[in-house]
Amino acid sequence: MAYTEQQILEGLGEIVDEIAGVPAAEVTPDKSFVDDLDIDSLSMVEIAVAAQDRFGVEIPDDQLKDLKTVNDVTNYIAKQEASA
Amino acid sequence: MGNTSGVVVTGLGATTPLGGDVPSTWSALLAGHSGVRALTDDWAEALPVRFAAAAAVDPAEVLPRVRLRRLDRTQQFAVIAAREAWSDAGEPEVDPVRLAVSVSSGIGGILTTLNQYDVFRERGWQRVSPFTVPMLMPNGPAGALGVEYGARAGTHAMVSACASSAESIGYGIDMIRGGRADVVIAGGVEASIHPLNIAAFASMRAMSTRNDDPERASRPFDRGRDGFVMAEGAGILVLESEEHARARGARIYAEAAGAGYSSDGYDMVLPHPEGEGAARAIEQSLRQAEVAPGDIAYANAHATSTPAGDVAETRAIRSALGDAAADRVVVSSTKSMTGHLLGGAGAVESIATVLALHHRQAPPTINIEDLDDGVAVEIIQDKSRDLPQGPLAALNNSFGFGGHNVALVFRHG
Repeated sequence: MAYTEQQILEGLGEIVDEIAGVPAAEVTPDKSFVDDLDIDSLSMVEIAVAAQDRFGVEIPDDQLKDLKTVNDVTNYIAKQEASA
Repeated sequence: MGNTSGVVVTGLGATTPLGGDVPSTWSALLAGHSGVRALTDDWAEALPVRFAAAAAVDPAEVLPRVRLRRLDRTQQFAVIAAREAWSDAGEPEVDPVRLAVSVSSGIGGILTTLNQYDVFRERGWQRVSPFTVPMLMPNGPAGALGVEYGARAGTHAMVSACASSAESIGYGIDMIRGGRADVVIAGGVEASIHPLNIAAFASMRAMSTRNDDPERASRPFDRGRDGFVMAEGAGILVLESEEHARARGARIYAEAAGAGYSSDGYDMVLPHPEGEGAARAIEQSLRQAEVAPGDIAYANAHATSTPAGDVAETRAIRSALGDAAADRVVVSSTKSMTGHLLGGAGAVESIATVLALHHRQAPPTINIEDLDDGVAVEIIQDKSRDLPQGPLAALNNSFGFGGHNVALVFRHG
């Protein structure tokens, strides 16, 4: 059932596009949500919940604050799925 | 005391059941078109009222998707109308600490409140949008405009039910007269077409149930009137000190000459039968405007098509103006065409009043088949009426549940 990192990245791109209007093509691994994609904290909450719906992985608030880049989120989701 | 600068209207914006902007709304008002339509939603079948006056242009056709997600429908309408008004005013250059917003809604972001409660019950707290609070608060439209235009003199949202936007315009006039601001984005909005709201107004028997003929349901002053028709949309005016407007060579529609306020202290929802409080608000607005009753050529009435209110209002107009002036004034209720925009009504009707002065043509009241005998002033029926040339003034009344009365006076020429 596990998603590949590429699938997670693509899914995250679609979520960010839908919620924050940032084109999916710009959602690349090294980008920072706040500094590069200009996403505010309330939108990050929406993105985390949408990611949970899509990938079945919960991202608690105390983890979310440490996930700065797109790569951080994809890695977190992939790791949680692997251990599930 | 601050200065007593004159206040002028330099920009107009609207999105209404008659059109997505001011020109389309104004031409439909003059032509006597109705914006009321049957509701086709499944939920309407369970209601005693199955029609409303929805906005002619849905915000989804105008605003980008992400912006839509973060704004309640009230805020969406406010943003759209404000953009038109600001552009119409020539995008005035103004010191941000001299720019204010005074924009209200009668009910606030109730569609967000109700929709997010559904989300909460069906999917739990985590799925409730983190934008819910700024979307549902009644000062949400004012806040959204304050941020969009960087207004730093004050962002206000006067709440007085169906008098809200008139009160907001009055507050804007007062801000400029009192020296707190040079430019105020003022007006109001409502977006409440939802089964609960219709059920609530229908339950108090306030709404028309003329389901077989929606376009003719809103019929102020007609003997067969049976309640108001719910509408949605926004009206925004750019108010400016005359000095500021003249210094930048702005086009001036009219002077926003005065505002009068009173309360009935009589009943939560029924108007005073003789319109005593309404008459005092009108008298006060004339005094502040320094306008003689005989100068009022046109009055845009609050008249919502409810049995209790319309006739009492005409008595109030007669009482406040005195018989000589009341015999000359012509009156219409544009709610016969737009439906009742509730907290947005006073703003949309102020725009109609300003344009009536500017173009010297007053919109009619449609749907009167049998004028109520109790009507105490001349009502413009069916066709628009030319107004005389020369210096003129016009009156716009707004009343709200809770006993609020607001009268605004505009002057031109």
